Amino acid sequence: MNTKDIVYIALFAALTAALGLFPPLTLPAVGVPITAQSMGVMLAGALAGSKRGGLALLLFAVLVAIGLPLLAGGRGGFGIFLGPSGGFILSWPIAAFLIGWLVERHKGDVPFVTSLIYIALGGIGVVYLIGIPWLAFAAELTLLQAFAGSIGFVPGDLIKVVLAALVARGVRRAYPGLGDGG
Amino acid sequence: MFDLFRPGHSFLHRLPAGTKVLLLAVSGTLVFLVDEIVIIVAFLAVVLTLYPLARLPLTSAWAQLRPALWILVAILVAQGLINGWFVGFFVVARFAALLLLAGLLTLTTRVSDMVEGMERGLWVLRYVGVNPGKVSLALSLALRFIPVLATITGEVREAQKVRGLDRSVIAVAIPVVVRTLRMSDEIADAIETRGYGP
Repeated sequence: MNTKDIVYIALFAALTAALGLFPPLTLPAVGVPITAQSMGVMLAGALAGSKRGGLALLLFAVLVAIGLPLLAGGRGGFGIFLGPSGGFILSWPIAAFLIGWLVERHKGDVPFVTSLIYIALGGIGVVYLIGIPWLAFAAELTLLQAFAGSIGFVPGDLIKVVLAALVARGVRRAYPGLGDGG
Repeated sequence: MFDLFRPGHSFLHRLPAGTKVLLLAVSGTLVFLVDEIVIIVAFLAVVLTLYPLARLPLTSAWAQLRPALWILVAILVAQGLINGWFVGFFVVARFAALLLLAGLLTLTTRVSDMVEGMERGLWVLRYVGVNPGKVSLALSLALRFIPVLATITGEVREAQKVRGLDRSVIAVAIPVVVRTLRMSDEIADAIETRGYGP
């Protein structure tokens, strides 16, 4: 772990925090607020790679836990992890790691559609795989009920997957030196 | 620093950060092992009385619950219709108690004290092969980066407004990420130039 790794970890943790500052968008059809924050997870994985991306989101979770109001809507504090949405936040480091790991398996550029699949696998797949069982456990719901309660977020998540893939591609083109020494 | 801390001199304010985290972790775990609603309600009452004891107004207790309110209501209704109102009340009371207890930690502990307490506890990481100095550097860098990123995002949005693109996530995000990546590379070089070696 060199100095650049540490700075990148800090940067993507801060980026995820900054994305929480964007005002949430509410889809008229579903009525569920969409925040830009989980794009930070996707970008950390797609741009910083498995180890750095995963650790960046772990650092972000630590910052939230120690009481910084960094989650979308100015939420923060240890209570988040004990609450219904705790599993979703805890899944983020693993999601970013998986996206990074999948992207790293390619030698050159990842084709755009492939990157969409990778980001969706981590940013939606892993997040729901951990978030929903935690919600079910903490709220004493069955898995199916917890799943039904979370399904409204999927359209927004799909939009974020596309946006994150577009941003990641744009950044890689504009900053080809990315990932050196990683 | 922009944290949720409320200054004060109560016994909860004076308790070391590490002790408070430990107490929270223990009670947070125990609460999930209890099936008795009486105990949960008593626990909730104890947590609530800690607020005036810590000289925190009850409005700040309410502020801990408000962001989670719609989730709590949704859970209450879902549980009430599916498993009965008793279970719904039990689950919501448990969440409320946990949120309020965690809120006490957040309200009575400065972030700087938390960071300091954590850095003091970081030495245990050596045993799993992690360098505490590096963790500490990442922690302080991230805290410094957050306001910088907010500033850069503001600047880029301002610039894109001229082009009518300030509402476009992509047109804002790409320049922000590229600028901050360049900044990060410069910072990493600067740290190494100064012979940093934790």
